[in-house]
Amino acid sequence: MADAHAVETVDLHKRYEGGSDALRGLTLHVPAGSIFGFLGRNGAGKTTTIKILLGMVRPSAGRATVFGLAADDPAASVEIRRRTAFVSDEKDLYGGMTVAEMIRFTAGFFPRWRDDLEQRYLRTFELPPDRKVKALSRGMRTKLALLLSLSRGAELLVLDEPTAGLDPAMTEEVLQALVGHAAREGMTIFFSSHQIAEVEQIADAVAIIDRGRTVVSGALDDLRENFRRVQLVFDGEAPAAAFEAPGITRVRRSGRVLTVLSTAGAEPILDRARALHAVSMDVVPVTLKEIFLESVTMEE
Amino acid sequence: MLLRPNPASGVPIYLQLMEQVKHAIETGALRAGEQLPGIRPLAEELVINANTVAKAYRELEHEGVIELRHGAGAFVSANSRPKKATEKLRAGQTVVSDAVRKLRERGVTDDEIRRLFEAELAGVVKTGEPRG
Repeated sequence: MADAHAVETVDLHKRYEGGSDALRGLTLHVPAGSIFGFLGRNGAGKTTTIKILLGMVRPSAGRATVFGLAADDPAASVEIRRRTAFVSDEKDLYGGMTVAEMIRFTAGFFPRWRDDLEQRYLRTFELPPDRKVKALSRGMRTKLALLLSLSRGAELLVLDEPTAGLDPAMTEEVLQALVGHAAREGMTIFFSSHQIAEVEQIADAVAIIDRGRTVVSGALDDLRENFRRVQLVFDGEAPAAAFEAPGITRVRRSGRVLTVLSTAGAEPILDRARALHAVSMDVVPVTLKEIFLESVTMEE
Repeated sequence: MLLRPNPASGVPIYLQLMEQVKHAIETGALRAGEQLPGIRPLAEELVINANTVAKAYRELEHEGVIELRHGAGAFVSANSRPKKATEKLRAGQTVVSDAVRKLRERGVTDDEIRRLFEAELAGVVKTGEPRG
């Protein structure tokens, strides 16, 4: 039963009626117990993917599994949703209820409800139990929605843009709660975002998708170690063609200067550059933001 | 004692943490036998992934800097010798000043020397040597 991956998709396709392709071969491997950042521009296919995982949308082709269960099988999907908590961008809350009523109402649906977690997050998030939901600020509402999902005792937490519209202090509070929760409960957190900074801060694995396809994925530390930008200066015209090789995603030439982006470390580039008698070599690490920008523009 | 790592620096967070722990030992902020913060509290305090903290501790144990005692936590190794690191650095300093002096004698400018060092170091980073 224990699966190394909490979520997996293989060559997932989704064509909506009217012919728009939301997903065009999306492959994802989300390790169990990870905090997984799901990055992409608006319209890249993040929300469609989440909907497929939760059985709200059927894929046109390909495979999607959660806990090893097929997401498009109705019986399996019930099981998936029992073990998965989901916070959408539009939080599903009832404005007329107080915070305490909203909590009791939600708890009634979940036999594995954790009173200890409910109390913990009520304190951590400083939520006023007697206030009506409609009188809560946007940040408070997000925290309430998080409390409701974190207290469910779920094995997988799916968050769609969890910090959208929050100020930096509240964002930090939410990230801290997620990091602490994942560590204590050993659960998997799958969150979509276009806030690269927060993904970079708390995720241990990421996927960057663009136009319905995965363009970069893996452990964040591996990406940080393997992505390198190398700037080479030559005596004469820079020999761009010599640097076209596997693992080299981009070569830019500007006169005597050649900038090479590598996904396989800088060593092969430096070797070649030495052989070609480069007069100067500079290697700089590449940030996730740069990886993101390079990846999503690659197919332009 | 440990500071917030900079996630946007491009350097893996676990490496930043490792450097911080080593630095704390070198400066005496952490001493042999002393306990390091637990993985979960530290992850929460620094708002980073607990797996990342665990990885940093594992690597530090592998290098002999700390000891992970089952159930008890992480402790600075009794045989981690911060003085050695200082001596090593001092000896290295002599080599560097010697090299710099010779390069200057050959008319290489300071800017050029800096670039030469950086290019050389960039090659070292790739072979897996930790950055100092």
